[in-house]
Amino acid sequence: MKANLECPRYQTLLMMKLTLTLFLCSLTFSAAEDWRQFRGPSGSGYTKSSIPEKPEVAWSLDLPGKGLSSPIIVGEHVYLTSSSGASQERLHVFCFKASDGAKVWERQFFSTGRTMCHDKTAVAAPTPVSDGKRILALFSSNDLFCLDLEGNVLWLRGLTNDYPNASNSLGLASSPIIADGVFIAHVENDSESFAAGIELEAGKNLWKKDRTKRANWTSPIVVKGADGKELAALQGSKGVDVVDPKTGAVVWRYDEGASTIPSSAADAQGNLYIPSNGLTAVKPRKDGKSEQLWRNAGMRPGTASPLVQEAKVFVITNANVLTCGDLESGARVWRMRLEGPIGGSPVANDSHLYAFSEKGLFQVVQLGEEKGEVIHTVDLGEMIQCTPAVADEALYVRSNGRLWKLGKAQG
Amino acid sequence: MTIFKTISILTLSSVLTNSLFAKEAPYSEAIEVIKAVQNEGEGNEAAAAAWKQIIQGDATSVVPVLEAMNGSNGLASNWLISAAQAIVDRELTNGNALPLEQLGAFLMDTRQEARARRLAFELIQRVDPETAQQLVPGMINDPSNALRRDAVAGLLDEAEAMVEAEKKPAASIVYRQALGAARDIDQVESASKALQELGQKVDLPKHFGFLMHWSVVGPFDNTERKGFDTVFPPEEGVDLTGEYDGKAGKVSWSRLATSDNYGMVDVNKAYGPLKEVTAYAFTEYESPSDQPAQLRLGCKNAWKIWLNGELVFARDEYHRGIRIDQYQLPVNLQKGKNTLLVKLCQNEQEEDWTVQWQFQLRVCDATGTALLATNRLPTPTSRQARARNES
Repeated sequence: MKANLECPRYQTLLMMKLTLTLFLCSLTFSAAEDWRQFRGPSGSGYTKSSIPEKPEVAWSLDLPGKGLSSPIIVGEHVYLTSSSGASQERLHVFCFKASDGAKVWERQFFSTGRTMCHDKTAVAAPTPVSDGKRILALFSSNDLFCLDLEGNVLWLRGLTNDYPNASNSLGLASSPIIADGVFIAHVENDSESFAAGIELEAGKNLWKKDRTKRANWTSPIVVKGADGKELAALQGSKGVDVVDPKTGAVVWRYDEGASTIPSSAADAQGNLYIPSNGLTAVKPRKDGKSEQLWRNAGMRPGTASPLVQEAKVFVITNANVLTCGDLESGARVWRMRLEGPIGGSPVANDSHLYAFSEKGLFQVVQLGEEKGEVIHTVDLGEMIQCTPAVADEALYVRSNGRLWKLGKAQG
Repeated sequence: MTIFKTISILTLSSVLTNSLFAKEAPYSEAIEVIKAVQNEGEGNEAAAAAWKQIIQGDATSVVPVLEAMNGSNGLASNWLISAAQAIVDRELTNGNALPLEQLGAFLMDTRQEARARRLAFELIQRVDPETAQQLVPGMINDPSNALRRDAVAGLLDEAEAMVEAEKKPAASIVYRQALGAARDIDQVESASKALQELGQKVDLPKHFGFLMHWSVVGPFDNTERKGFDTVFPPEEGVDLTGEYDGKAGKVSWSRLATSDNYGMVDVNKAYGPLKEVTAYAFTEYESPSDQPAQLRLGCKNAWKIWLNGELVFARDEYHRGIRIDQYQLPVNLQKGKNTLLVKLCQNEQEEDWTVQWQFQLRVCDATGTALLATNRLPTPTSRQARARNES
């Protein structure tokens, strides 16, 4: 039957359908393009976004002071932190246009907590996080700032004011997350060690729990719960506690120890891939414990955290060996050596993995079924320790004093 | 016009402007709301609304906002300084001028909050870099470290140029001036190193105000790190003639002086490189008056510190690093004798970077300027320190 295109009812239906399609497209576009937290939407550096095979520098800009936090992307803007001053006491939050790097706004604050840290890290070590409406920037000094996307200050906290011994003389680095609408700060250290769930409207604690008194630089990740709700996985020296973000109550736990540097990754089913005895894959049990799916002692992540694709898992060892493993069995599929050392975690889509060495060498690895191959490099010439962000077919990465966009080659 | 006349006029201008500004009640109330914020997020909701109100102000409101930082806690200061920046950014984007005279007067008013004055300087620098540069040398003795830092940097550059021009006596004088003004560790180190290379003596412990002469007692037990919370006899009262049950027999007080340039008191020198032990260090500090001060400690062992028998702070972190001024502890010194007791715990770790059992402590004001005790002894040479420790 041929549609009567001139029929008003048909036209109305067509318009409604078109509007709905556009709306859904915009939602999909927005969700796919934003990179709102450390290691992106998946929490492990994996993205379905298209990235050029051979990205080149699109633009770069100078940053004050130091920082190894990663940029995050919300809409058309890049948000980033840095710390400057004789003792890195000045804390910066920036908003840049993703298109050309133009600064949209900058807010500066002063640390209220301790700024001492190892020379290789910075007070601006944790990556900011966003819920799409707010930017929450946490620093090693335990200063926490919540701003809207236009740079208006919504609330702030000084967690060392609140908890005076919560610090690490080597520097804190755990990047916060937002899980089920709750900001999760994971401030594990040798002294006043804690994790807290903080509501987003006014920055008040929903809960605060003591944690193991041992220095820990891992970041929490969002993991899917049995009912589909978001949970928060807190990794420390004793293992991983997967908690309800609204209460801090432990939902399930892995207690066989874990690294205090590389963080875990989660898959879409809510299983965890934990840097523990090499790499250990676990799933939750109904009794609050965990069941091991597999363990591969040979896949021990170095400083970089593991990356989980749909069917593969990747780790980079301290010897700069990139190992591809089968996600279901944990068996090694192939391995290859990258130029290192590599401190930042890699990102990848289905076809390529992107890694930066601390010497500033950007390496693009083509991911094959039987092998990986470096097909492109760019020497940025500065120390890179951060994990890149991905949005709009481009990567964003920073050194202490510079932010780059790497995208399609010009011309 | 002399700089003093300029300052007087600028200050008057500022006072008048601020007085007018203060009459705008809703605005003042907004500032008071922000100044009321407290720990744990208390006052955040009201402060956010006040912040939005404050940033509606025009360029003339920048100085009053900075002025409000005086007496504010660190959280309120962050609300205020970000508001001032938001106003400035909008005004400059809109092509409006900043009130340079007000900012200049505010900058010169050393009673104002140091960080706010630094921001005022940077705003001047942003819109009138030439004038800002002219102001730098005059800030060599500014109470704000962040301001004097640029002036010290200028002197260090000048002195270095003099050395290159073979004007070494002049360079020594300028380096000496830079050292006298420097408070940031990197600048103190640069100036002192250069002076020593020029054959000059530098008394760094005195410059910083490190406490060099101590009495120590130990070792007490710290097995499984339990000594940190255990109250050993020195915590109940210091008697330098006392004898106590230690970890491996009777222990008593002995002298421990240091000649280290940065005041490092190495307890291993007294007892050897022990593990799972606790020691105490004691000294007396004569203050010329009742005065606020800071105890600035560097330590990579777990520690507690008491001033006049009152616990100031305690921290149980081991071997994560040490640096000068790692911990800055505000205290009030009393006129005359003050007692300082440091508890120092060593843990069980065996790695070579966990051998250190040491601390460095200095007494200074909030800017880092040394407050020297009236009973301060001359800085000992290494030989004098050794002789004193063996006596």
